[in-house]
Amino acid sequence: MLEALGRIVAIVPAYDEAGVIGRVVDEIRSFDAAIDVVVVDDASTDETASIAQSHGAVVLRLPHNVGIGGAVQTGFKFALAEGYDTAVRLDGDGQHDASELGKLLAPLDRDEADLVIGSRFVDPGGTYRPPLARRIGIRVFARLVSTLTGHRVTDTTSGFLALDRVGIQLFAAEYPHDYPEVEATLVALKSGLRLAQVQVEMRERETGSSSITFVRSLYYVVKVMLALLVASLRRYPRLESARR
Amino acid sequence: MTPLRISIVGVVASALLILIVLELIRGRRLKERYALLWLATGAVLLVLSAWRDALNTIAGWLGVTGYPPAVLFAVATLFTLLVLLHYSTVLSKLTDENVELAQRIALLEERFTRGEFSDEDTSS
Repeated sequence: MLEALGRIVAIVPAYDEAGVIGRVVDEIRSFDAAIDVVVVDDASTDETASIAQSHGAVVLRLPHNVGIGGAVQTGFKFALAEGYDTAVRLDGDGQHDASELGKLLAPLDRDEADLVIGSRFVDPGGTYRPPLARRIGIRVFARLVSTLTGHRVTDTTSGFLALDRVGIQLFAAEYPHDYPEVEATLVALKSGLRLAQVQVEMRERETGSSSITFVRSLYYVVKVMLALLVASLRRYPRLESARR
Repeated sequence: MTPLRISIVGVVASALLILIVLELIRGRRLKERYALLWLATGAVLLVLSAWRDALNTIAGWLGVTGYPPAVLFAVATLFTLLVLLHYSTVLSKLTDENVELAQRIALLEERFTRGEFSDEDTSS
C-alpha cells in the first residue's frame, strides 16, 4: 500500500533507553521491513547505541546531549541528505506503537497532507487520560496554536508524526532545540504545510522517565509560551506542498 | 517617597529592555532559553518602577529610609549578577562540549587519513 511514499525512514531519538530500544526497532521493522530505522542517540550513558545497532538500526551518535529537538533534527537532516521521500518519527521509549504507523502514513499516501500528527485527542472517546496538570497544559497549548494559526489543532505535544519531503526540508532547516513539538506545529502551519491529524493510542512509558519532570515543567511552560508568542510575530517563507 | 520622574524613567527603560529582548528572539539572535532571565529582570524592574508604593514599602523593609529608588539599583545589580553567573555556567558547559567535539574530530580525522573509510567508499 505504501509504494507512493517512496523511501521511508523512521527517526527514533533515544536517551538512555537500553531497556526498550531493541524492541522499538524490531516493531518498526516488523511493521514494514522496507523502512530504514535511524536511532539518534543523544549521548546516552548506557548501551542504547550498540543495542539499536545490533537490531539493525542505523545509529547516529551525538557527541554530547543536545536535547530532544536537536536530536530529532539530526534525523531530519539525515533524511534530507540521504534523499528519503517520507519520514516518520517515534520516541525511543516505546510509547508510540509502530503498528499505528499505517494510520499515520495514510494521509501522505493519499497526498492530502505534508505533516501528519498522531493525536490522542481527535476522537473524544480516546483512552488517554494524563494527569490533570498535563491535560490542562496540552489543552492550553492546542488552543493557543489553534488561535494563532486559524487551524484546529488537537494535540501539539505529540512527538508521533509523519512527514513528506516538504516537511523533511522544513524541519531539517528549522526545528526548536528544546521542547520542540508545540512550536514546530506552529512553524509548519505558518509555512503553509498541509496538516492532518489522526487518532492514535499511546502506551504508558515502561522504563526511563518523561523528559518533562515536575521541576522543569515551569521552564517548559514559560519557554513554549514565549517561543509561540515570538514565532507568531515572525514571518516564514511559504513552502510549496509536494505534488506527486 | 519615590519621585515621579524616576518612576517614569524606570518604566521606559525596563519596557525598552523587554522590547529589545523580544526583538532579538524574533530575529533569532537570542534563544528563548537565554532570554528568560533578561525578561524576568525587565518585568521586575517594570513593576517596581511603576508601582511606587511597593518600592517605598520594600525600601522600608530594607531600612533604606533616605532614597527609595536606591532599591531599584540594588535589584538591577542583583539581576545583572544572576545573569552573569548563569552565563558563566553556560560558558563552562560550552567549553566542555567544545573540547569533546575537537577530540572527536581529531579521532575521526586520524581514522580517515589512515584510510579506514576508503573500503566502504569504493564498495558502496
